[in-house]
Amino acid sequence: MISTIIIILGIIMIVAGIIAVHLKNLLAAIIVSGAISLLASIIYLILGSPDVAMTEASIGAGLTTIVFLFALNKARKEDKND
Amino acid sequence: MIKKIFVALAIFGLFSIFLPIMINFDFHQNLSELSTQYVKGSVEDLNSQNVVTSVIVTYRGLDTLGEVTVLFLATAGIGFLLKKRKGKKRVASELLQTSSSFLSVVIIMFGIFIFSHGHLTPGGGFQGGVMIASAFLLLMLSDVNLELNHTILQFIESLSGAFYVVVGLIGLVLTIGFLNSKIIPLGEYGNLFSAGAIPLIYSFVGLKVGSELTNILDAMGGD
Repeated sequence: MISTIIIILGIIMIVAGIIAVHLKNLLAAIIVSGAISLLASIIYLILGSPDVAMTEASIGAGLTTIVFLFALNKARKEDKND
Repeated sequence: MIKKIFVALAIFGLFSIFLPIMINFDFHQNLSELSTQYVKGSVEDLNSQNVVTSVIVTYRGLDTLGEVTVLFLATAGIGFLLKKRKGKKRVASELLQTSSSFLSVVIIMFGIFIFSHGHLTPGGGFQGGVMIASAFLLLMLSDVNLELNHTILQFIESLSGAFYVVVGLIGLVLTIGFLNSKIIPLGEYGNLFSAGAIPLIYSFVGLKVGSELTNILDAMGGD
């Protein structure tokens, strides 16, 4: 049962990774890559490591996504100014 | 065409490396010798409920100090490279302003809970620090004219970093070892004030990480 859930989550993660690479819209790609981290944190929680799951959810899904969004915003502004 | 063949070959090679690992995958039923030592020592030696925390802070304390240093260098680099510029600003909605001023206090309290209870419950300095930074991010999103006091932030950051090293050096002076958490009485198992210097060190790490990440977010989202 547990391994089935993990395999399903892993397949969703792989599909989401391929989607994130092929998306033309950068904003959507950042959101999808954040979702991959969230799924990874669920897998860590199922495998019995809540510490790693917390780190992955807060840093991988939260902070990294926000930093990427800020960087995208900054890059777009630089493009407009030039 | 050739590029695609190479990519397919690389993926196939990776797959064939991981296939035997996947087939032989099995949940570990027994702890290895080193893990047994850590699990036993965490309870008997250090009086800490959370084994992961006692490994990170005490057994691998020097690595954690290096990790904190790497984060500090990253923050310094971002601060040098990104200059804050003033541009047009959009005012946030009333709903976001009201709710974030209430929620940010709760999130900061939860972050402090996470890093001060690192030796009892899952989580620790890094996770709590990120939560505190996310509360400040909420404040930045709601109030666009928010000016963070950088003097206080740098003061907290540098002082907690210095005290982290000082706590490590006290162990060296008392000849127990660098960053050994037994410099403070171990206390009662399962209490907030137990596990020696582990909660103290993790609180310093939490404050340092929180102020550093707040600085990063302020520098990046400043315009």
